[in-house]
Amino acid sequence: MVRSAGNGKARSGPRTLFDKLWADHVVVERPSGDALLWIDRHFVHEGSFHAFNQLKARGGRVAEPGLTFGVADHYVPTRDRDHVGNPEIARMIDDLDANTARHGIELFGMRDPRQGIVHVVGPEQGLTLPGLTMVCGDSHTSTHGAFGAYAFGIGASEVAHVLMTQTLWQKKPRRMRITIDGTPIAGVGAKDFILSIIAAIGADGARGHAVEYAGAAVRSLSMAGRMTMCNMSIEAGARCGMIAPDETTFRWIEGRPFAPKGALLEQAAESWRRLPSDADAEFDREISLDASRIAPVVTWGTSPEDALPIDGTVPDPSREADEGRAAAIRDALAYMGLSAGQKLSGIAIDRVFIGSCTNARIEDLRAAASVLAGRKAKVPGLVSPGSAQVKRQAEEEGLDRIFVEAGLDWVESGCSMCVGMNGDSVPAGERCASTTNRNFRGRQGPGARTHLMSPAMAAAAAVAGSLADVRPMLEGRS
Amino acid sequence: MKPLVQVAGHACALGLANVDTDQLIPARFMKRPRSEGYGDFLMHDLRRDEEGAEKPGFPLNREPGRSASILVARRNFGSGSSREAAVYALADHGIRVILAPTYGDIFASNAVKNGLLPAVLGEEEIEELLAALAAVPEQHVAVDLTTCTVSWGNRAVPFQIDTVWREQLLNGWDDIDVTRSFSNEIARFRTATERERPWMKRGRDPGA
Ligand code: SF4
Repeated sequence: MVRSAGNGKARSGPRTLFDKLWADHVVVERPSGDALLWIDRHFVHEGSFHAFNQLKARGGRVAEPGLTFGVADHYVPTRDRDHVGNPEIARMIDDLDANTARHGIELFGMRDPRQGIVHVVGPEQGLTLPGLTMVCGDSHTSTHGAFGAYAFGIGASEVAHVLMTQTLWQKKPRRMRITIDGTPIAGVGAKDFILSIIAAIGADGARGHAVEYAGAAVRSLSMAGRMTMCNMSIEAGARCGMIAPDETTFRWIEGRPFAPKGALLEQAAESWRRLPSDADAEFDREISLDASRIAPVVTWGTSPEDALPIDGTVPDPSREADEGRAAAIRDALAYMGLSAGQKLSGIAIDRVFIGSCTNARIEDLRAAASVLAGRKAKVPGLVSPGSAQVKRQAEEEGLDRIFVEAGLDWVESGCSMCVGMNGDSVPAGERCASTTNRNFRGRQGPGARTHLMSPAMAAAAAVAGSLADVRPMLEGRS
Repeated sequence: MKPLVQVAGHACALGLANVDTDQLIPARFMKRPRSEGYGDFLMHDLRRDEEGAEKPGFPLNREPGRSASILVARRNFGSGSSREAAVYALADHGIRVILAPTYGDIFASNAVKNGLLPAVLGEEEIEELLAALAAVPEQHVAVDLTTCTVSWGNRAVPFQIDTVWREQLLNGWDDIDVTRSFSNEIARFRTATERERPWMKRGRDPGA
């Protein structure tokens, strides 16, 4: 038996932001509690070829090409785009061109001035809006939740399902609120918040939950910082992350190419103002953190939960009561080439990577540049802006010159060294200070050792040639 | 999709925690069409040395792990990237059931869509099974989705699986066919939501 839920407006009692987003998108509900949801925005990228192949095998067609957008990001080279040397990579990019053209899907392709990483492009173009359901065959789709959207990553079969029906079956996740109050210390920001949360609750600590980030420290974040936090929700195992839309959100959206304008924007904003969780809405789980107690954080191991303040030391497996955890630490230390008890600050690095959908927006590049200005990097490194538009803006502001003068490479936008699919990778055994979201084994290349941190901390690591506390380097700088 | 009712045979005691999908299949192997098979990529970088030779000690590289249809792992299996290729690699290698205490959400959903059962077994039972497999690697393990039990030796313990997923696996149902039976509801919803939230539609024509 299936109940048709209409548009789910008449629901009594206080509701969370997530409850409202869910109710607004239920097409039908099954007694088991899972629901068929309407999807407002769907992004595809080069890796979506599996889904297009499934569509083809079924002789299906794209139900809503107008709500579907293609972005070339995962495989695009970050240098010399006129000659894509690797034929397999060229084929991936051509396939996306062909699949989007065949189905009438708008594409932000490799040579488009709007190209960039899908989770940077969506918000930048005004495709990401409060109150929407948004999906993409990419787990970091959670990024878009920063606008008060219900945004989550899906697999290839689900991508094919959305292409063919513009809907998706979902189980309703439980609701979790993570509140961060207090005033952060200088040099500490969104990346340190989210890494501290993951360290506290574990890489599966939010599994099965829709997470809402709240509290004064979250409210005072820019949209870039909010996106960084929501981006890494998946690293805590969450189904999605979200932040209630407010004036910061509305100011950001206004004037974006695809965003509503004029009377339509006013009508939209009126509805968006009703989205935040009601005052007495209940969450299944609540966690709170004090921003003033968070220091700059780096990871030391091979899971994002392996995160510690920069003034800490590498954990000692012999002090672990739990044998399974001790074994995991030993394995991680062996992979990372670290020893128990070693100070984190001072661990020598081989290169830096500033980029990815976590931390390659203009604010991130400014934060890194403010540390690097007038200084030299002791190690080589790559700076790949989050989008072509971010790249142009950074160049207008002169940030590219700061990076180049410091000795880092300034390249085109794409996923690049975050995942190594396009050929930008960290050589085996090398240690990389990275602004990305995953320190998994081999993520940045086979045998690569990744330390996650904020853009300012990655810049500090570049200057020091080792993991370093950015705070002293910020003294006297804005 | 092929229905899954009972699976019995050897189990591979992987025993690792936090096996993310980057480890299940490194990103550089995902360009191949599915029809060419993904089985040889399964856990490639953990299984092989720099030259590509198999590491003899790795559970998937020796019998009975190599021919196992059941994989036993610790918490947070399949976390990370949404890549369905992780499931293709497992399925094409011949794995039909995973037993672990917790899974990455997207991985579990991808698994079910490809007829692979992500059965949730308690931490204690996982430890017990891993110990039994350490003692007798050829231990015969049987998974029954009709009763939701896993058994080995003289032990039979219940596992959890979402009821909808269970139905789908048992019957080999395909989501898209089910969804298409609701095409009228979808069309009605679309009309209503476009009226109520006109800004939902794309804001601009590409040519405008
Ligand atoms: S930048 Fe990295 S995490 Fe983000 S979408 Fe690309 S590969 Fe995924």
